[in-house]
Amino acid sequence: MLNYLKLIALGIVILFSAVASSYARDLAYQVHAVLIMIVASGLFFWTLRQTDEPVVYVDTNGYMDGVIRAGVIATGFWGCVGFLVGVVIAFQLAFPVLNIEWAQPYANFGRLRPLHTSAVIFAFGGNALIMSSFYVVQRTSGSRLWGGNLAWFVFWGYNLFIILAATGYVLGSTQSKEYAEPEWYVDIWLTIVWVAYLVVYLGTIFTRKEKHIYVANWFFLSFIVTVAMLHIVNNLSIPVSIWGSKSVQVFAGVQDAMTQWWYGHNAVGFFLTAGFLGMMYYFVPKQAGRPVYSYKLSIIHFWALIFLYIWAGPHHLHYTALPDWAATLGMVFSIILWMPSWGGMINGLMTLQGAWDKLRTDPIIRMMVVSLAFYGMSTFEGPMMSIRAVNSLSHYTDWTIGHVHSGALGWNGMITFGAIYFMTPRLWGKASMYSMSAINWHFWLATIGIVLYASSMWVSGIMEGLMWREVDAQGFLVNSFADTVTAKFPMYVVRGLGGVLYLAGGLIMAWNMFMTIRGGKHVTAPVGVPAE
Amino acid sequence: MSDPKKHQDIDKETGVETTGHEWDGIKELNNPLPRWWLWTFYLCIVWGVGYMIAYPAWPLINGATAGVLGYSTRGEVAAEIDRYKEQNADLTSALAAVELASLGDDEALNRFAVAAGGAVFRTNCSQCHGSGAAGAKGYPNLLDDDWLWGGTIDDIAYTVNHGIRNETDLDAHWSQMPAFGDVLEKEEISQVVHYVMSLSSTEHDATLATAGAVIFDEQCSSCHGVNAEGDTSMGAPNLGDAIWLYGGDEATLTETVTYSRFGVMPAWGPRLTPSDVNAVAAYVHQLGGGE
Repeated sequence: MLNYLKLIALGIVILFSAVASSYARDLAYQVHAVLIMIVASGLFFWTLRQTDEPVVYVDTNGYMDGVIRAGVIATGFWGCVGFLVGVVIAFQLAFPVLNIEWAQPYANFGRLRPLHTSAVIFAFGGNALIMSSFYVVQRTSGSRLWGGNLAWFVFWGYNLFIILAATGYVLGSTQSKEYAEPEWYVDIWLTIVWVAYLVVYLGTIFTRKEKHIYVANWFFLSFIVTVAMLHIVNNLSIPVSIWGSKSVQVFAGVQDAMTQWWYGHNAVGFFLTAGFLGMMYYFVPKQAGRPVYSYKLSIIHFWALIFLYIWAGPHHLHYTALPDWAATLGMVFSIILWMPSWGGMINGLMTLQGAWDKLRTDPIIRMMVVSLAFYGMSTFEGPMMSIRAVNSLSHYTDWTIGHVHSGALGWNGMITFGAIYFMTPRLWGKASMYSMSAINWHFWLATIGIVLYASSMWVSGIMEGLMWREVDAQGFLVNSFADTVTAKFPMYVVRGLGGVLYLAGGLIMAWNMFMTIRGGKHVTAPVGVPAE
Repeated sequence: MSDPKKHQDIDKETGVETTGHEWDGIKELNNPLPRWWLWTFYLCIVWGVGYMIAYPAWPLINGATAGVLGYSTRGEVAAEIDRYKEQNADLTSALAAVELASLGDDEALNRFAVAAGGAVFRTNCSQCHGSGAAGAKGYPNLLDDDWLWGGTIDDIAYTVNHGIRNETDLDAHWSQMPAFGDVLEKEEISQVVHYVMSLSSTEHDATLATAGAVIFDEQCSSCHGVNAEGDTSMGAPNLGDAIWLYGGDEATLTETVTYSRFGVMPAWGPRLTPSDVNAVAAYVHQLGGGE
């Protein structure tokens, strides 16, 4: 019966997207309509072939790991794609001729830049969060993912969202909101997928066999709930036509800017911080084989973090049309946020108490420690940059880019690599990763890459800020804008090289994952039994 | 929270008691909050409260609390601008009223004008003329002594004030070279192009150039002059000096002759103050080629 309903629903989608593709007012919308039609048709025939066939027995006793295996592969794949696009645009900035003439307008910097940011944050980071949260919630709840194949819907639905977003950027569809570029219909689709994600997650927590909810799950849950809220509010818009991708924002002017940076800052706070802290709270103690340092610290810094983060957004709008009072509040909350952010770092690093010797022998622990170090560094740097006087120098310069990448490459990237190296052998039933020395190589390439990236952008950003504000004794500007651009060239090249190293590390990881999954002896891991 | 009778699970490595829970093998120690962490956190909060009293912070029904320091970002910038304005007031008003031709006699004022003009140039002019004023294709080099509309300081000030071939200023410099594609045959254009190339001793075809000389005399000399020396009263470039605005190779010259050119410069009079116009004229004048 359910299959018939599915067939009817898919039939309607096919019909609608066929009509939409012929009425389409712009290229991106048309390509998306055709894409959706193809996907829906495939699903239609797949469902049709299964209808009235005997139901294949699925063992639902163990953990549901198939979707996590898919997520691990997707994370590795999107990571390499995102790093590659990042390297390309880094060199486009250093050598503008790389905005290749024949590839215009599709491959110019303006279209590739959101492709890069979305690929690393939402494709790489998002898949990493979804798969690791599914892994962690099952094991720390002692129960199978709730909702059966709904978890698969979340995985495929989320990756369809990424394809729609990425192709949209290249074809010129964007609502011009940083980190929220996808247009209205892609936003609606993500909302549906995200609600399904929340349902799977909550369902699993509700059916847990452990008495208490483990700290990692608090973080994951706050990430899922808050991202839903941020996504919906920041994307409130009215489509110009149901047959076109363009839409108009509900908010205007400084209200729109404030909504955007409330979203943008909390995308960092809840997507890239809270979610990844959830990862950290499981994989660091597991890999170290040590108990979490302090339960009290985890509970205090969790509530302080999620309460304070949500107010810090206005510090992105210092010295703009935003009223001074709002900027002050954003700044004050950012400063108070410093210690709650560091709570996660302290808890992670101190968990290694009694296991520090593993730093010498275990490159995965080393990755996690470097990740926490960069987390600590960028969560100190962030509050510092939110101070109005510091911001007057740093705003709009490469310093911001350096700050973001020390967090993204260092904290998010390294902790994800650690989680992938932890999960891959366990998910495919292997004793360990195929090559330990490859992990070592990855560690050093990535670390040196980050150092080159962050330090070149710090130098470039501070230089740029100082050049912009430099006036002579009579108050006259000393530099023209083009002078600052010329002066940044060497730093841009160094930054690009840092990106190449980081990408090389990512490719080594992809190869290592492939070899681990393909070869080696199969080892079965027991399903966790609740302790209490 | 940790009742010792209930769970006495002590971690061997650190000797610290755990909370007694375990998830997939992960336990939690019952360590207290690090003191330095807690006190730094409190300190940040105290500082935050102080800062919110000192600076504009809390939204009320009509506006927000102003803060006891009376600070505002706009006020800060305005104060800085005012400080420089006040400091330079005498020089600025002298510069606005000065007879430009005699600016060179007043050394202090001239130095001020060049410094101010440099800032005006880097902010407003460098986008087209380059931050070093060396120009680009279609945008004249301002470092040499080859002037389209005159290179005296008054000429330069006039050009800055009114611009060239724009629709906004009735006094803008105006002239228009005909598109000779409508007038001459391709063969003739080729001949005149080779003649023009010969004027600056560029490698050319002598036969074509000889024929071109006649056409030049008929069609071009009225503006560019019999000896192709140009005419600054109508922005006609000197064609003999090997300085090119669009390029002196055969293909570019053919394009120029066939379709003509129509370079536009905005009028800066309405956007800059009179002293800024004088300043930027003085700056450009002293770059090297001023007459």
